[in-house]
Parts: sequence; C-alpha cells; structure tokens
Amino acid sequence: TRAVVVEWTVKERSIISSIFSNLDYEDVGPKALCRCLIVYPWTQRHFSTFGNLYDAEAIKTNANIAAHGIKVLHGLDLAVKNMDNIKEAYTKLSTLHSEKLHVDPDNFKLLVDCLTIVVAAKMGSDFKPDVQATFQKFLAAVVSALGKQYH
Amino acid sequence: MTTLSVKDKDTVKAFWAQVSGKAEEIGTDAVARMLVVYPQTKTYFSHWKDQSPNSPAVRKHGVTVMLGIGEAVAKIDDLKAGLASLSELHAFTLRVDPANFKILSHCILVVMATMFPNEFTPEVHVSLDKFLASVALALSEKYR
Repeated sequence: TRAVVVEWTVKERSIISSIFSNLDYEDVGPKALCRCLIVYPWTQRHFSTFGNLYDAEAIKTNANIAAHGIKVLHGLDLAVKNMDNIKEAYTKLSTLHSEKLHVDPDNFKLLVDCLTIVVAAKMGSDFKPDVQATFQKFLAAVVSALGKQYH
Repeated sequence: MTTLSVKDKDTVKAFWAQVSGKAEEIGTDAVARMLVVYPQTKTYFSHWKDQSPNSPAVRKHGVTVMLGIGEAVAKIDDLKAGLASLSELHAFTLRVDPANFKILSHCILVVMATMFPNEFTPEVHVSLDKFLASVALALSEKYR
C-alpha cells in the first residue's frame, strides 16, 4: 500500500511538543503499562519472565514492569523527534516487534489507549478535546509505523 | 464478550455512586469529545446546526446518554432485558453503527480519567470497560 504521509499543523506540533516536554516518564510509563496489563490481561503473554503478575497489586509493585514501562514510553521520543518521518523512523522497532518479540500489532492500540487514559488523568481539564484528538492522532501514527514491517 | 462478575458489578455500582452527581458534566464532555476526536460521528447529528462542544444540543445529548448509562447501572443484572427498548430505538430509529458504541465508551473513560484521576484506578477501569462493552452488546441486540 502507498504510504500516507501524516500532515501536522503548527498547533498540533505544539501540542505534542508540550505534552512530551512536560511528561513525567518515570510516573506515566509504569502507570500506562500496568493499566494495559490489568485492563487487557492477555497482554501479559509477553511478560512471563518479568516475575509476579498474579493480580493488580502485584503488577503495580513489579519493578521489572515499571522499568519496562519507562523504556516503552521513551520509545515514543523517536516519533516526537521525527514527526514528518514517523514510518521510516520506526522501521527497526517494527521489525523487532514482529520478528523477535512477536507482538500482535492490535496490542499496540490497547497500550496507547491506556497511555491516553493515564495522560488524561494527569492533565485533567487541560486534556481538552482538541488535545485528545492530536495526541490520539500522534499515537495512531506510531502504531501504524510499528505495524508496517509485519508480514 | 465476557459476563460481568460480581466484583465487576460491585465496582461499577460503587464507582457510579461516586460519580453520578456529575453525570451531566460527564455526558456533555464525552459527547463533545467524541465529535471532535472522531469527526465521522458528526454524521449522526447533521440535523444540529451547532455541533460545537458547548452547544445546547450537545449538552442535552450528553445528559440523555448518561441517563441511559445510569439506567444500565440500575439494570446491571439483566442488561439485555433492561435495555430492550433502547436497543429497539438504536436499531430501528437511530440506526447507529455499533462501532460507534466503542468510540463513545472510550470517550466516557477518558472523561472519567480527567475528572476522577484518583478514583479511576486500573481496577475500576477494567470493570467499567467491561460494563460499557456489555451495554453496547445489549444495545446491539435488536439490530439483526
């Protein structure tokens, strides 16, 4: 399929830049990943070596999960820095998720939904509809790029 | 789609008791968000002249939707029977594509997160998500 280049307005770039420059990665990363593992428990299939995931409390206090949440969140920095070139920027990571990690690309949508919820909780009334729209557009572009190398 | 456990129902009822006082605000915000974040949903409201977030029509519709959610909470033990007439309305009169139930549910969850960040824990999130999916299923019952 032909690549669709994602276009960004000045306002949208500003919204994304603002969200990520104010982001507390050490807090949001773990919260987003934990929420995903709790709300969509089948996603735990990729974390069998991470230790105790028995219940919500165990997941929330698991240091391996917390560290991984921070790592995954920083994975979005690539898109923030390459907004006009997201598809190309994620070629390696897409191959990794497909060939090595064997993650069903539908799982990416679940994680970004949880990330949206966590960011919404932090921003409160500042997470206005247009901010949500921009953030979800950005995350959808990353999700699409991550799925590109699957075959 | 899984059935709601006793824990799910208790969690939903308890959370609803905490938030229902702000039902109007929640509904208005959720519908406004949906129209902005998922512009294709505006196709169902072409009869509204003003589709902006604070328009009277949007506000009124948000209230209507949340009243429906409240009704679903009260009938949580048998959503299929309890929401039968609402299902007929959506199936035969409104003819809303059921994919949109998921969209509005997501917007409701986002609003819960912004308004109740401390109460909307992952445990509440999963039960509420399951509940809204069950409501969507009950609303789709009469479609075909």
